[in-house]
Amino acid sequence: MPNQIIEGSQAVAKMVRLCKPKVLAMYPITPSTHIPETLAQMKANGELDGTIIRVESEFSALSACIGASSTGVRAYTATSSQGLALMHELLFATAGMRLPIVINVVNRALSAPLNIFNDHQDSMSERDSGWIQLYAGTNQEAVDMTVQAFRIAEECLLPVMVCMDGFYLSHTYEVVDVPDDIKGFLPDYQPEHCYLDPNKPMTIGTWAMPEPYMKLRKELNDAAEKSVGTIQKVHDDYAKAFGRGYGDGLIEVTGEGSTAIVSIGSVCQNIEAVAKEKGMQLVRVRCFRPFPRQQLIGALKGKKSIIVIEKNAALGLGGGAMFHELRSALKGSDAKIACYVVGLGGVDVTLDYLRKVADSADSLGDGEVRWQNE
Amino acid sequence: MSDILAPGHTACAGCGEIIGERVVLEAIGKNVVVCQATGCMEITTTSFPTTAWKVPWIHVTFENASAVASGVAEALAQQGKKATVVAIGGDGGMMDIGFQALSGAMERGHNILHVITDNEAYMNTGIQRSSGTPKYASTTTSPAGSVLPGKGEWKKDILMVCAAHHIPYAATASVGYLDDLKAKVKKAMEYEGPKVIQVLTPCVPGWGTDPSKTVSLAKSAVETGIWPLYEIEHGKVKITHKTKELRPPEEYLTGQKRFKHLKPEHIAAIGEHAKANYERLLSLETSSLQLF
Ligand SMILES: Cc1ncc(C[n+]2csc(CCOP(=O)(O)OP(=O)(O)O)c2C)c(N)n1
Repeated sequence: MPNQIIEGSQAVAKMVRLCKPKVLAMYPITPSTHIPETLAQMKANGELDGTIIRVESEFSALSACIGASSTGVRAYTATSSQGLALMHELLFATAGMRLPIVINVVNRALSAPLNIFNDHQDSMSERDSGWIQLYAGTNQEAVDMTVQAFRIAEECLLPVMVCMDGFYLSHTYEVVDVPDDIKGFLPDYQPEHCYLDPNKPMTIGTWAMPEPYMKLRKELNDAAEKSVGTIQKVHDDYAKAFGRGYGDGLIEVTGEGSTAIVSIGSVCQNIEAVAKEKGMQLVRVRCFRPFPRQQLIGALKGKKSIIVIEKNAALGLGGGAMFHELRSALKGSDAKIACYVVGLGGVDVTLDYLRKVADSADSLGDGEVRWQNE
Repeated sequence: MSDILAPGHTACAGCGEIIGERVVLEAIGKNVVVCQATGCMEITTTSFPTTAWKVPWIHVTFENASAVASGVAEALAQQGKKATVVAIGGDGGMMDIGFQALSGAMERGHNILHVITDNEAYMNTGIQRSSGTPKYASTTTSPAGSVLPGKGEWKKDILMVCAAHHIPYAATASVGYLDDLKAKVKKAMEYEGPKVIQVLTPCVPGWGTDPSKTVSLAKSAVETGIWPLYEIEHGKVKITHKTKELRPPEEYLTGQKRFKHLKPEHIAAIGEHAKANYERLLSLETSSLQLF
């Protein structure tokens, strides 16, 4: 039943089932828990082929995925916040081992203080781990991204995080089209480079001396940068097959104006409405890693003023990660670039608040950072 | 020459751990996937782009060998492939930092042989104390000094902890008794589900011993009752190497630099502790008590 009123987590879980991972590791953490719960119910009803491993921690969740993926099968898990942080060591290992594992990250604030609500500090803090990071703006996009993620991962031999906002997306019921069938779009995963099989012994996960180590890290970086093309191609193929696309696959530009707001995630739904009112442009970043430098430079050419709105903070530096990266990408441009850090720990980013942000455009200095609660 | 592990690895002369690992895997044969924790065995066998392994082998991090093995075991089963999956690591990798992963994998019941190559300290990082380090042993983080006589606590009884997961088979072994070790591996392989073998593997630099003494020390540990050889099969204890009279502890302890500072009362305490443990195992065996 393609079009249905369904919770974001359940919609994503349905898409995960269609992607047929052979091994699914699961560990509960709010707000990602509804995804594994839905998958577990499918398994209980005989509707899911893959093996579920109910691990004793997120560290073991990703470890089990790495083990499974290394035998040459599709492996999947979902997590949030503390769970992703617990995986930190393994995130770098997964990318370094070039294993195409997919994680749904249901974004949530990091402790302390403990907070279960949405922001992007968890995944943004893992931006240099070598994972591709896609951020959904809607539940429909989270569903579409999930299947795209498996194909991108397997074509690039890089792991992919599909990030969706905790509660705003994960727990929200709305109309989503979950395809019944994706067969043609996602071929079976048949790795040649890396699998554990007694008939063809391979050593996986060695240590390396400085020279080979650095060579491998450079290769990983190049693969991550190059994945831009694959992400776009997979997005375009999907758009063709399912009639749904999002900008160029890396960024999505809506509206026009000499002032642009650059943002990421579901808050863009509100921003889009306000930008329209105020005659501004919205540049929504779908793919934060690889960083879509060229696309952003192109989209923001000739702007007078750019406001970055984001839900993470580079503590001790001020501003969010995206703001700093964008400023460095736009070095030499005449645009004034400022940043609003918003929504940390789930603070509501309301239309009224966003109107004030938009109205502040002229008063913002270049490089200025403001916090929502200031 | 072994068709499991090629020569040219960089383990120390007289390394007990690599003997233990090789013999375990030779007993299993080539239809195996090895999931290795970080530690000496990983470092000495796989410097990119070389490898000493002739069987499929994976290493990810220090604390997750048994969790990686969980994924490997389930993924192989999904594909209808049959192979023995081994999770293997040192005392640090299995008894301390990787204990949660080991416990989780045992509780879930995956068909995995978990092997602890126990050299009684974090050797790869330069001889630091672990929960497997015996009481009074001097390590770089539990050094003997003018006030403290080395490590202050008794060794963790990991085998009983593992057996308490109600697994079908758990056993100690020693590289001093290779036939016993091989027999235990074969027996473990007959069982579906989680199995644990804890092998005593003397460490030349870590213990401060002569390379030629590795095997005789591993024997002496058994003869003194400090390292009893026993198995727990479906919860029942059986001592696999009985000693009429335990040899005096100093036969094992003297000649090891890590115990060089011991005073007679320390040696006596170690002897008493070993004797009590041995007698406890003996009475468990004779009582036929179903422990777990
Ligand atoms: C999370 C983490 N902490 C610490 C280390 C450093 N480390 C690497 S190997 C090792 C010791 C390994 O000891 P053990 O498991 O007993 O194996 P051995 O080297 O003695 O064979 C340590 C502490 C690490 N690699 N990862």
